[in-house]
Order: sequence, then C-alpha cells, then structure tokens
Amino acid sequence: MPIYTKEQAQALLKKVLSYSKADECEVGLSGSEGGNVRYALNAVSTAGDISTVGLSVTSVYGKKAGSATIDEFDDAALERVVRRSEELAQLAPENSEYMPMLGQSEFKESITYNANTAGMTPDSRAEMVGKSLAVAKEAKLNAAGFLENSTGFYAVMNSKGLFAYNKSSDVTFSVTLRNDAGTGSGYAARGFTDVSKLDTASATRVAAMKANGSVGAKAIEPGKYMVILEPVAATYMLENMFRFDARSAEEGRSFLSKKGGGTRLGEQLVDPKVNIYSDPFNPDLPGATWGGDGLPREKTMWIDKGVVKNLSYSRFWAQKKGVAPVPGPSNIIMDGGDATLEELIKSTERGILVSRLWYIRMVDPQSLLLTGLTRDGTFYIENGKIMFPVKNFRFNESPVIMLNNLEALGKQERSISVESYRSYLIPPMKIRDFTFSSLSDAV
Amino acid sequence: MRRRDFIYLSGMGAGAMMLPSIPGFGKNIDQQQALEYVDVRIKKELADAGLNAAKSAGASYADVRIGRYLNQFVITRENRVTNVANTESYGVGIRVIANGCWGFAASNDVTKTGIAKTAQRAVAVAKANAKLGSAPVQLAPQKGYGEVSWKTPIEKNAFEVPIKEKVDLLLGANAVAMGGGANFVNSTIFAVNEQKYFASTDGSYIDQDIHRFYPSFTVTKIDPSKGSFETRRSLSSPVGMSYEYLNASPAETVGGVTPRYKNRYDMMEDIKFATKQAGEKLTAKSVDPGKYDLVLDPSHLWLTIHESVGHPTELDRVLGYEANFAGTSFLTLDKWKSGNFEFGSKQVNIVGDKTQVGSLGAVGYDDEGVGTKKWDIIKDGILVNYQAIRDQAHIIGLKESQGCCYAQSWQDVQFQRMPNVSLQPGKTPLSVDDMIKNVEKGIYIIGDGSFSIDQQRYNFQFGGQLFYEIKDGKIVGMLNDVAYQANTREFWNSCTQVCDKNDYRLGGAFNDGKGQPSQSSAVSHGASTARFNGVNVINTKRKIG
Repeated sequence: MPIYTKEQAQALLKKVLSYSKADECEVGLSGSEGGNVRYALNAVSTAGDISTVGLSVTSVYGKKAGSATIDEFDDAALERVVRRSEELAQLAPENSEYMPMLGQSEFKESITYNANTAGMTPDSRAEMVGKSLAVAKEAKLNAAGFLENSTGFYAVMNSKGLFAYNKSSDVTFSVTLRNDAGTGSGYAARGFTDVSKLDTASATRVAAMKANGSVGAKAIEPGKYMVILEPVAATYMLENMFRFDARSAEEGRSFLSKKGGGTRLGEQLVDPKVNIYSDPFNPDLPGATWGGDGLPREKTMWIDKGVVKNLSYSRFWAQKKGVAPVPGPSNIIMDGGDATLEELIKSTERGILVSRLWYIRMVDPQSLLLTGLTRDGTFYIENGKIMFPVKNFRFNESPVIMLNNLEALGKQERSISVESYRSYLIPPMKIRDFTFSSLSDAV
Repeated sequence: MRRRDFIYLSGMGAGAMMLPSIPGFGKNIDQQQALEYVDVRIKKELADAGLNAAKSAGASYADVRIGRYLNQFVITRENRVTNVANTESYGVGIRVIANGCWGFAASNDVTKTGIAKTAQRAVAVAKANAKLGSAPVQLAPQKGYGEVSWKTPIEKNAFEVPIKEKVDLLLGANAVAMGGGANFVNSTIFAVNEQKYFASTDGSYIDQDIHRFYPSFTVTKIDPSKGSFETRRSLSSPVGMSYEYLNASPAETVGGVTPRYKNRYDMMEDIKFATKQAGEKLTAKSVDPGKYDLVLDPSHLWLTIHESVGHPTELDRVLGYEANFAGTSFLTLDKWKSGNFEFGSKQVNIVGDKTQVGSLGAVGYDDEGVGTKKWDIIKDGILVNYQAIRDQAHIIGLKESQGCCYAQSWQDVQFQRMPNVSLQPGKTPLSVDDMIKNVEKGIYIIGDGSFSIDQQRYNFQFGGQLFYEIKDGKIVGMLNDVAYQANTREFWNSCTQVCDKNDYRLGGAFNDGKGQPSQSSAVSHGASTARFNGVNVINTKRKIG
C-alpha cells in the first residue's frame, strides 16, 4: 500500500510517536507509485513501474538529532526504528544551528492531487505513447520521448503536536523528432497535475513542425541579438536564479549580495515588468501548503515590479537576524503579458527565435553568468516573419542581465525544465542584446 | 509535484530530510548496520523466486537485481558538523523480455511474494508496450557464470572508520582554511558501498561488493569592498577505493605550482594551498581573450575527456536512443565504418576500461551479467570502437557485450553507461616542465570548473580551478575569468604532446547524469598532462549592477 490516506497516515504516525522517549521526536511517512515509458527510433526502449513506501524518525536530545528509517510497519519494527533514532541522536555531535520543532499550524488543504493522473496504468501510458508514435510515423520522422507519471504522499507528525499531510500527482511528457538524415530536430515538453490535459499527439505535432522547419539551417555570425525565448527555453535559463536565499546573500556569496555588504533586498534588480512569486493555490501549478520546516506556505512575492521583495530565511537564520522566517518557494510563477508567441514574432524587426536551450551550467555564481546552447529549432526572424532556420549557438549570458534587457512578455504557460523536470509557470519573453558567443554544428 | 520536488522546494528540516538530493539514498541506518550483509543463499532463493515468476508469466528472458546501496556522508562547514548520515536503500529490480519487448518493475518488498509480484508487473509492462509493435529485442549471447563473486580491492573500509575520526579530519582541515583567512569552508566525506546481487535466466548468480570514496572541500574568500568572492575546490578525485585514499604519501604527490595527487590524497596539504590560492584569485589578472596553447593537467583534462570523448562514443547516443534528453553524437556509424575517421592527432590514444584498479568504473561484472574488459576506442587518433551493451552488440558486429550496462539503484532500469575512458600516456619520455618550456603563449589549467557541451558533442566550453599564464616557456602568474571554447574534433586534432606515464593520474565524476528518468553513475578518466595548440579562450567576467 504505497499511498496512505490522511487518516491512515495519522493513525500510523501517532502509534510511532507513542514509542518516543526523546526530548523531541518527528516522524515522517512517505510513499509513491508511478511508472514511465521511454521510446526512441519510433519504438519503446524501456518502461518501468515503481512503488516504494518508507517511514523516517528523527529523535532529538537538546541540540543533538538522529534519524533512522524503515519500510516494515509491524509494531516491533516501529519501536525498533524509534530506539535506533534515539541511539543515533545520543551519539550525534551537537548542531549549534538546531531549531526546536514547531507545534501545529493551520495548513490549508492543497490541490496537488489528481485522481486521473493517479489512475494511470501501463496500458494507459502505452496508449498515450502510441498516439505520439502515430504522429511521428505519419510525418516520416523518428521519435524519441519519455512519459512519466507519479503519485505520492508525505505526512509528518511531531511530539509538539504538529501533523501535516500532502498528496500529489503529476505527469510529464517530452518528445524529440528527428529526420532520417539527421538534419532536422524538433522538441516539445509538457507537464500537468491532471493527465486529462495532456495531449501527446498535439505536442508531437509541434515537435514535428520544428523538426521539418529546422532543416537546412544557415550559419550566421555569433554576437548580440534580440531573442524570443519560448517558455521551455526561458524556464531552463531562469531556473538558475530561483534561489532567493538570504543567508548566502548576507554571507557575500550570491548574485543577491551587495557591494560593501548586505543584500539586494528592496533594490531594483531587473526590469519593472518582472513579477516572480510562489503561490501553492495556483490551479495551473499547485504546490504543497507546508514545508519540512513545519511552516505553512502562502503566496510570496520574490520579485515585484523588478524589485527584490523577499528573500527566504530559514528558521535559524531568521532568528539570528531578528526577522520572521520566510519559507522557500513551493513553486515558481512569473507573470506574463497578453501577447501570443506569434505576436512577439510579428513585432520583431530582426531577431532569433529559440525553441529550447541545453546543457546550461554556471560559469560565474557572482554575476550568475551561465553558458549553454540553443537546440531543436532555432530560427531567424526578419520584419516580423520567421525567415529560415539557423545553426545552433553557444551563449554566455546572465539571467539577471537578460531580465534587465526585457523587451516584452507573452502569455504565461506551464512549462518544464528540460534538465530538472520541475514545472513552472513562465511566459515566452523577448530579450535585447542576448549574447551568443560561438556556433555549434549540432542538430 | 513529485516528492523530490517537494523536498527541494520546501527546504527540509532535520535528520533524514537533510540528505543531499541525489536519488536512491533510501533510509537512514546506524553505522553498525552498514557492516551487515544479506546472506548470499537467501539472495539466491529470492532471485530464483523472481526468475521463476517471470518465466511463468511469459518472459523469454529475465534478470533480477537485488541491491543494497549504502551511503555515508559526513558534511561540515567552518567549525561545525552540518550532517552525518548513513543511508541504506534495499530493494529489487526485475527486467524481462516478453513478446519481444523490454519491461521493468521494482519494489522495496524483498520477500519471495513481493518479488514474484514485481516480476509479474514487469511482464505486464512488457506486454503492454509490445502492443506498440516494436522490433523484438536482440540480445548478444551470454554464457551463464554460475555462482561467482567480485569485490573492490580495498585496504580500509570507510564504513568501519569511526565517525569521530572523519569529523576530526574535516574540522581539522576547515581550521587550516579559517586560519589561513578563508571566509567560508565546506568539507565532505562521502562513502558508497553497492552490494549487488544479479541473477538471470542465462544461469548467472553474481554477488558483488563495490566501494567508492570521495573526500572534498570548497574554500571561499570574499572581498566585501569589491563585492566579489572566489572559491577553490579540492584537487581530490572520487575513487574506486575506500578510506586508504586518505593515507597521504609523498610518493603519490605530484609537485609543481600546486600539489596534485595520484592514488593517495593529502587533504591537509591541499587545503592549505587552496586557501592561499582562493585569495590570489581575488586579485589575479583577468585574462585577455584570444588564442592560447593550453597545457591541461589531468585534474582538469578528465572532464574534457568525459564530455567530448566518453559521451559521444556511447553507442546508444550514436544510434539515437538518447535523442530526447542527452542528445545524439557526431560520431555516427559511417565514421567508424570508414576506419579512417581522424578523431584526433596521432598522439591521441583512448581506451575504455572496466577493470582498472582504483577507478570508479571498475567492477567484475556489469548489471546484465557480463564480465568486464578493456578495449581501444581511439587508436592513433582514429575512431575504432564504441561502448556497447548486450542488445546493441550486434549493431557493431560484436559477438559479445563490452560490459557497459549499469543502473544507479535497484529501482532503476539498467542501460548503457560509460566505462572508464582514458587518454593513454605518451610513449616518449616527457615531463610537465619540459612541455611548458616550449610554450610561447599559453595557459596552464589545473582542476575542473564549469562545463557545457552541445547535444551532439561538437561545441564545448570549459572553465577550471587554477589558471597560470605561460610566456616564453615560463609560468609568469595567475590568471582569472578563463574559459576555453572549442570543437571536439579540432581540439583533439590540436593535441601535440602528452606527457609520459609518470604523470598519469585518474580524475572522475561521482555523479554523471544520463537517461530518463535521469540516473547517476560514477566513472574515472585517466590522463597525463597534455598540450593543445591554438585554442580559443574567452573572458567570463560580467557585471550585474
């Protein structure tokens, strides 16, 4: 039984806590079930079905904590895991930054669970992949893709009276279509809480259009260009700046550190059109309503009209600095504008449309300079029209500089990072002076 | 939202939830439990239950992997311990072929009943996907080995070393850094033990006990007046050995501008130099962009080998199996078939090797029951081979797999992963000093930094830890803000010299990501210092206001 109901989890956790003799004790129960299908060369290559459940106990004496975990749930095993965590706590070095556990808070019900997604089976996954393969074969292109669904729950109870439970589901899908000659490649990625919103055939058609459209790419000189980043490209780029951590900023080792000391909190960091926030109750990107620190999650602005509005403070760092703790983000949402992608293209005199970015790595954490490449559909725009595909570029650019050069935002949509597979709500964006540093022959 | 996302986004609290977010860690255990083993007879009975259930459900082939994956972390910063954890992940993964198609299922219910159910689920997955009409899987033949075992040859099991000894070492190293003016220092010891049992319908029952070990640190110095900071990471390597790696030995230390290390590592010495160098980086000259001859130390070059040679010679990438994520490869089959594709200059000889003692990739048998070996990939600059597994071997005319199959845990399906891929030392005696003597305008790079390469492995960019300017055969000072960009083939064809075997050292990646869902594997790359002429160097300094 990998997925426990709230009541089942509560009953089990209560029993485990009854064995505790420590100053403080916290018990966590988690489980997940799901599966995936991976395909390439228009055929399934691997597929899996995985279920796990486990229970962890953290016991604390003073500032010494110890944890142990188990996946057997008979009474003897439950008592054994509590004792083991107590033994480990006694042996542990003191953690000077340990914060006492919190009691109960008001945790609102999350909207992260979806029965349609939780009900997916090997057959339903195969059927969805079949629809994608049919599109690829009809277009005489080779498909490689990945479909994965997961349903999980997490429940925590502690000796101070805290109990919290969250159940969630999600599904992600990505597909790359290439022609036989290897001269064209296109990509599409989708992520949803509710699988009924996922249309694998239509996503594959988008990838097919990009694959056919990218054949015969021309080499143009690297340099600074107006670019339009589609949401999947913008997401991957911006994911690297979604760490609004007060401690590293105050320690002087973050892009949010200020020359001479302090942080950029309250300062204009990027263009006033930029609003970035978290909201666990957004129906398009629901998040958990509580975190492992025992604090409730609410809507939090991180960047408001380009100004750094909040930084996240752990309970320890907040106490040290004499401020209220600010939990880290449960999700990330960036406001968009009203323009469609087509309208962004139409309003561009000369620029580059970027479908996807790849292999982004940090070059300089101080300026947040990143390097990476375009991939799977890069196009030259002139006088509001896509003129021809261009060879891929390497870029060296900072998302902070990029958001200072923001020309326009399109309509926000749910998008996934092509590396972490986390979901975000991000608009397509038009950026001035985006720095392409060299050409790549990759297709 | 997946649980991993939940943990990532919610900033977990104490204990088990403070583990680094690397998959497959499983549950926390005490140190004593880490020294206990599951009886091999019990594992054989359990595996047979899985094989029998798979065959009864209609599988034409099945393999069962019962895995116990142990990790130990000791993590410190400045003068305190931030985490000590022993984790265990124990479960079973079953892979089958049914109706010509692969299926896989995994569970942490390691009982005969649980394993039988998992085997049935794997067959159901295979049959569901077979309806999509894939070409039947073609496995290279593999003779069953019967009951065999293999163990990493270690001298001192890290899991047997008291936590206090590790904490004392790390806090002692941190004290050296703080005493030397560091603003921050993080240090870590990470030990891995994979206890893997593999059984297949071919008649193999393979018990393996694999160890890996990685001590590391990062020193940070800050200049608040400029609002700038610099770091210097350790020059240690992750290794396929255990605690003996920390038995420092002068014989295993390479001298020069900073000490570097072969088969043993001196953390106290390295951190002393690192602290000084982090400060020097704050005031080092910012590089003038342009063409330079690069002298690349093995502590740096391993990563360039990994990205530009290791990955593009993976046969699954070449064939298109990784197209949706990691990408494909420019080293297409026609280039290999031609027999004369000049990947690099004549100085470039690169081997795949799953047997090299002390390396991360060394095992007796891979995760589909194939004995490991060593082979040429690039010979005198020419592409001569790839890296393959059982269901790919026939494509390149091999009679058997090269033993490159690996899964990061019991709950992940095994697939083609990189073996150790290493540049062979030059045959002519040549020291680093002699190499530098002949460089007019160059940069000597030590340690790995940022890295990025395109999806077909043509265009890459690499940074480093330490950069020294070479003028007229002499090192004249430290540089900063250096990264080089190149095209793989041009780069390897610009290799003019490789130092001899006395300079040969292993570097490596503890967590190389590939596949969907992404899996991590550990792999070493050996090299001697090598010279590359006329490489494009860029300046990476930017201001964000």
